[in-house]
Formats: sequence, structure tokens, C-alpha cells
Amino acid sequence: MHTLRAGSAWQTWGAILIAPYVFVFIGFVIYPVSYGLWLARNPESYQTLFEDPVFFPTVVNTIVFLLVAVNLKFVLALFLSGFFVHERRWIRWLSVIFIIPWAVPAIPTIFSIRFMLNPEWGVVNSLIFRLTGLDGPNWLTNPMLAMAMAVVVHIWKALPFWTLILVAGRLAIPRELYEAASVDGASRWQKFKYVTWPSLKTLYLTSTLLSLIWTLGDFNSVYLLTGGQPADKTHVLATLGIRYIRLDQLDHAMATIVVALPFVLPLVYFMMKRLSGDEQKTS
Amino acid sequence: MTNRKLLEEARLWLIGIPVLLWTLIPIYHIFLFSISTKDSAFSGRLWPEHPTLRNFGTVFKQEHFYLHNFWNQIWNSLWIAVAVGAITLAIATGAAFAISRLKVRGGRTVMNAALFTYFIPAAFLAVPMYKAMGNYGLLNSRWSLVLAMVTIASPYAIWVLKQASDKLPWELDEAARIDGATPLQLFRLVYLPLMVPSLVAIFTYALLLAWNEYLYAFLLLSHENTIPLAVGLGHFLASDDSPWEILMATALIYGMPPAAIYYAFRRYMVGGLTAGAVKA
Repeated sequence: MHTLRAGSAWQTWGAILIAPYVFVFIGFVIYPVSYGLWLARNPESYQTLFEDPVFFPTVVNTIVFLLVAVNLKFVLALFLSGFFVHERRWIRWLSVIFIIPWAVPAIPTIFSIRFMLNPEWGVVNSLIFRLTGLDGPNWLTNPMLAMAMAVVVHIWKALPFWTLILVAGRLAIPRELYEAASVDGASRWQKFKYVTWPSLKTLYLTSTLLSLIWTLGDFNSVYLLTGGQPADKTHVLATLGIRYIRLDQLDHAMATIVVALPFVLPLVYFMMKRLSGDEQKTS
Repeated sequence: MTNRKLLEEARLWLIGIPVLLWTLIPIYHIFLFSISTKDSAFSGRLWPEHPTLRNFGTVFKQEHFYLHNFWNQIWNSLWIAVAVGAITLAIATGAAFAISRLKVRGGRTVMNAALFTYFIPAAFLAVPMYKAMGNYGLLNSRWSLVLAMVTIASPYAIWVLKQASDKLPWELDEAARIDGATPLQLFRLVYLPLMVPSLVAIFTYALLLAWNEYLYAFLLLSHENTIPLAVGLGHFLASDDSPWEILMATALIYGMPPAAIYYAFRRYMVGGLTAGAVKA
């Protein structure tokens, strides 16, 4: 391997081939991020940000959204991955259908859910009215309910991806372990506790952390469903940053993001370490 | 024993049916609206009394205020998606080859930089990106969205291609060298042909990412002539009495191509997807 590394023609071509990405990285990551941080250097922008009555409810929304959406999604994904590993023809077909929410763009389906939840004409409240004779709740104009619906939208869209990841994890567990457990008369729960979970734990936790970062950046599920309304009470940090851009308050937009960095960067660092750790193991 | 088996089957169906409904209801809702007339759309029926394709006609003939630029927008979407797919593929293939096969100096650092970008939530990068595109004078040019999406798609692309490339046997490189091949010949004659499945996966991934993107599209492009269909669809929300049936017909037209492409290339996608996302 080291003999291959020598040879200046090879290094030169290596440099030429890697250069385009380096330019993209410098031009569209390094420059924007440094410039943005420079814009956000002023302590005053944080002060006015904290004084904005929208800010603290947004932080609370973000934390609740993250904790509920990610955990609920992963418990469901863990459960459903146990369902999808069953070898049945119809389950294989179902898994093909199940991936649709993840494979299609966000706008059509989120708009569809938004219309279903419309308090006056939406199919959900029509159904409630027909079954009970009562008016259904104002799904999207009550901030609490609207955030809950954003969680539902997020899970609807992201659940298939993580379920498939966990299915792959479960399929990697040697069958003999389950067979041995069956011979010993283990119950379903005992098999999960002593065979499945110990093998799946690391994957589950890494996936949860990665999903935590990405859910923090989930703009679509909130914005396309509620647009931050009513009265800017359903924002999360991702949509709040964009709101400030629309209001032409770029320093506030940047400050919003900087506020989240102490939380994001350790997670990013952990994920990077984990991925490069894997690489050392394989090479 | 058979009783227990029956119980197990029943348990599986009890999970499977709710999963099917949960997945399909929002999608069926789109379809149902798109084939309903304005009056019957809200009747609450599972199938419209008079199913119609008129909504699609309205869209194709651009007969609604929100749809005056429908064909232009769909062209923009396509143009941007293909450009992002092609540029991402070119950039990522070169970078992965340089890092994995040529062992270029600093390759590891570049890989880490790419991974860093991959893990930062895209919605966070959007704010500084918007400002930078303004400084570059690219706002409202389709190139701003293309370059932004290339930035977002490349890290995962490089990661997946590097993983695939690392698996190719070193003897190939050594044999090529002994035969006096240049790096470019190795790249063209050995590397590219062996990497075809991964290259297809990456092109598809970047293409779909760009076609589906909403946030960056609506931030960077606002001029009527440059916006893609995703942003055009967002305009329907400007008023409360939007024509839902027409919006849903447009949404269906917009959502079908990526779904079709995804399923056509699923064979390539799933492998790359699981390998790249989280290695167990």
C-alpha cells in the first residue's frame, strides 16, 4: 500500500481530483459559516433575540419536539422492525409500500395531512362529526395540538427509514442465538431482552443520536404544517431562523443557530468519531 | 400447535393492517382530491361520485392563477435536479477515488470535513448559505440552488463511494501500475466500470434530493421565472381558500417522478442507504 502512495504523478492526480470538492467546501461551507459567525459576534443580537417573546417558547417547543418525536419514533421503529423481519410474502410487499413516505417529497404529503386536519372541511373532523355528532378539535390553531401534529407528521415521514435501519440490524443477528433460546424455552420477551437488545443496542443508540441532530433540522414537518402559526407559537429553532431571514434580521437568524451549537457540535463530534472508528476497524 | 401458529398470524395482521392504513391514508387523500370536482371533494366519500381528470387538464393547460408558470417550474425542477445529480456525481467520484485509491495527502481531513457537513442539519446551514449566495450575487439564479444542493449532497456521496471503493481489491491497482497505467487510465478503465452500481445510486440520491428540496429552493429563489415546482406548490398556501383539488393534482404530478425513480433504482438505493447511514 505504501509503495502505491509514492509517485508524484499519482499525488498530483489525487490533488486534481479532490480539488473540486475542496473548492465546494471552502466556498459553500467554510466561507458561509465563518461569515455567519462573524455576523453573530455581536452580544447585542443575542440580547434582543432573548427578549423576543417568540424565542423562549420556541426553545421549549424544540426540546419537547425533539424528545417526543425522536423517542416515540425509535420505540415504534424498534417494534416495527421486529414485525418486518418475519418472512412472509405479504410482509415483504408491505415493506415496499411502507417506504413510500420516505421516498416521496415532503410537500405533497404534508399538505395532504394539513388538509386532512383542517377543522372545517378536513376529513378528520368530518369523520369525528359523523361518528359522534361533535365538532372535532382545532388541530392546527391550538399551539399544543399543532405541535403534536408536527410530531405525527415527522414520524410519518421518518419512521420507515429508521425501521429499515433497525431491520438490517436485526437481520445481522445470527439465527442460532434465537434457536438456542427457543430450545431453552425462552419467551418472546426473554428473547428480546437477552438476544435482540444486546446486539441491537449500539445501533439503536447511534441511530437515535443521529436522528436527534437531523430532527433538530427538520424544517418541513413544522413549517409546511403550521407555518409557525398561530401567532408564531409553533416555531422550532429551524423555522425560527428562517423566519428571521424573511424579516431581514440576519444577525438574529444566525444567533438562533449559534444558540443551538453547544448542543449540536458535541453530537456531531461523537458521530464523526464513531464513523471514523468504524473505518479503522474495517481497514 | 396450529392454534399457536394461527394466533401468531393474527398478531402479524393486527400490526400489518394499521401500518398499511397509516402509510397510505395521506397518499390516498392526495389521489382522491386530485380526481374530485371542487364540489364533491369535501363530501367525505371514499371514492368520488364522478371521478374526473379535469384537475390535471387545468394544471397542464396552466389555467389557474397559481399555475401560470407550471411548465416553466417543472422545467426548472428538472434542470436543477439533473444538474445537481451530474455535478455531485462528478465531484464525489473524483474525491472518493483520490481519497480511497490514490491515498492523496490530506484525504482523511477532507473526508472528515465532508462528514462534518453531512451531520450539520441542513436547515442550520441554510441561514449562512443564504447570506453567502447573496454575497456571491447568485440569489435568484438557478445556480445558487444547484451549488447549495451539491454542497449538501456531496458529503454523503463521497462517503458512500469511498466505502464502496475501499472494498475493491488492491491487486487491481498494483497490476495496472505494473502494466504502466497512468492514474487516469486506472480511474477510467478499472475504477469507473467496477463502481457503476454505486454511481447509479449516488446520481439517483442527489437527483431526488434536489427535486424534493423545499427549504433551500424557497430561500434562494423567489423570482417567478427561476422557482422550481416545489416553491410553486408552496404559493398555494398564500390564501385560505386555495383550490385544494388543483393543488393536490399538481402535488401528485410533482410527487410521482421521484417515487417512480426511487422504486426503479431501489435495488441500488437500499444497499447504499444502509451502508452509509449508520454502520453497526
